[in-house]
Amino acid sequence: MAHVTKNHRMPQKKGAVLHSLRSSPTVRRLVGALGTLFGVAITVFVMLRALPGDQITAAYGIEAAGLTEEQRETLRAYYGLDQPLIVQFFTWLGNVVTGNLGYSSRTNQSVLEMTLLSLPVTLQLAVLSILVALLIGIPLGMLSASRPNAARDWLGQGIGLAGLGVPNFLLATFLLGLAAQVWGFNPNGLGYASPWENLWLNLQQMMMPSLVLGFAVAAPVMRTTRTAVLEVRSLDFIRTAKAKGVPPRRLRWSHILRNALVPVVTMTGMQFGFLLGGAVVMEQIFSLPGLGRQVLLGMNQQEYAVVQSTVLVIALLFVIVNLLTDLLYRKIDPRVRAD
Amino acid sequence: MPTGRVGRRTFFALMASPSGLIGLAIVVVFAVISLVAAAGLLPYGPAEQDAASRLQAPSGTHWMGTDQFGRDVFSRVASGIGNSVLVAIVATLISGTLGTVAGTVSGYLRGSTDAAVGAVTNVLFAFPSLLLALTIASVFDRNWFTVAVAIAAGFTPIFVRTARGPVLTLREMDYISAARATGMRAGSIMLRHILPNITGILIVQVTLTLSWAVLAEASLSFLGFGTPPPAASLGSMVYDAQTLVVAAPWTLWAPGAALILLIVGLNLLGDGLRDALDPNRKGR
Repeated sequence: MAHVTKNHRMPQKKGAVLHSLRSSPTVRRLVGALGTLFGVAITVFVMLRALPGDQITAAYGIEAAGLTEEQRETLRAYYGLDQPLIVQFFTWLGNVVTGNLGYSSRTNQSVLEMTLLSLPVTLQLAVLSILVALLIGIPLGMLSASRPNAARDWLGQGIGLAGLGVPNFLLATFLLGLAAQVWGFNPNGLGYASPWENLWLNLQQMMMPSLVLGFAVAAPVMRTTRTAVLEVRSLDFIRTAKAKGVPPRRLRWSHILRNALVPVVTMTGMQFGFLLGGAVVMEQIFSLPGLGRQVLLGMNQQEYAVVQSTVLVIALLFVIVNLLTDLLYRKIDPRVRAD
Repeated sequence: MPTGRVGRRTFFALMASPSGLIGLAIVVVFAVISLVAAAGLLPYGPAEQDAASRLQAPSGTHWMGTDQFGRDVFSRVASGIGNSVLVAIVATLISGTLGTVAGTVSGYLRGSTDAAVGAVTNVLFAFPSLLLALTIASVFDRNWFTVAVAIAAGFTPIFVRTARGPVLTLREMDYISAARATGMRAGSIMLRHILPNITGILIVQVTLTLSWAVLAEASLSFLGFGTPPPAASLGSMVYDAQTLVVAAPWTLWAPGAALILLIVGLNLLGDGLRDALDPNRKGR
């Protein structure tokens, strides 16, 4: 379907604005993402309603056993648990939309406050890991593709396979054990330092987890780069450029790599979900107070509100990144726009 | 694109590629180890403690040494492999069956069915799969089966998309229209004419999903949300080895090497199968 991207240049009839809005892929994606988020909210709600024991037991622990039936009823009314599920769901959703993510029943801290502190930690870890992945994956992919099935290709593919096959928690355990138990280097044991408190210490603490996660993501980046470079290199315009006498260096960087990067961008965006999952593991091993640790702590302490809201925040983050990847992909690859 | 049916020729093509052959060999070895462990033919009980022989280095009596409770590491690794393989197979079966049925039906029928399946798929895709597994595992009373279900939830949408894509192409083909014209029911068409033509793609996906499921099970166990103790699990063994990296390195490398080999083996097999089933991809 052909659609009008720059419709403000066109003379418009009534309803045309609405129509072009509806057919604009960006708007369609946005609406789709909103629908997905609503589904995510329902899923999170349903999953955590299945928790063994209710919110009262979670909040009052062992004391809950000593509550009289009347006290229990009052508390249920207080938490809104006597309402029908659908009412509970929309009350919760309404709260979330207005920024009330609930409270930790242990520390009474609001989950929004906790999240504002932990979100930057996870984001920093994710961004650093992606940087590491691109810095390892793209050159290695190009190296592999420069001579397929030669020794350098096997080396590149071997490293790629290692990134795929070595579980991140295993590599992290090994590195941390080696550094801390052999060299006595354990910056993560000193308590977390944010970048504005102590940038040097912060970077030391982020180094190992982002290397480990980056190494894992480097594998698919490398594979995608290799395939894309091989594919682009066999296209006609490269032959034309060669015939025209474009120097090899220029050919490699601005003709081949530039076009090969399109699938790499998409792939990297898709790996973000893996990174968020991997962040749970890394934050646990390296004692980083990020979103993943917040979820895990909530699960271990049966902190109902914390788990529910944090899982939702992580899914929200993932949906946003996917949306951005999708839009960016459309931006850098004009062919997709005519979809 | 839909690949052909799987037959004897696929097997020979697989045997001809070095990576496929290595992958197949590794997978067979692990399958045998799992069976031996399941039959209870290990030198020691995987949970059997012996305070007198704590943290012993590998030797003739303990092939991979002992851990901090004097348990035989080899027996625990073998039993952990059995557990990983069981959880991975069940998780892949659940997600593969659900996803293939949903993907085939939605791709063939299109319309509102397709829209509904697509919406659910998008929602499941919005969760990082490890987080989804973790959340579900944290809710249930954990045993190997609930862990498998938790892992399957994240992989189901992948199978939906894997199956749906080629079905969209297949449904437009002449022989399908012909089958429809003869009055064949939609269910029979899908079962007899569509499914056999996507088995190739599905088999590759199954192999890769098995490797992800092994990884997911190990990650969950490492985080304390996998198969609960005293059952041996490769992930929790790595967790227990955290403080012993230098003092008793065998407690780390034994479960670690098993995990790496199993995951790499499944990936090699998947790559080999993909090449064997799709001649266009050779040399890529």
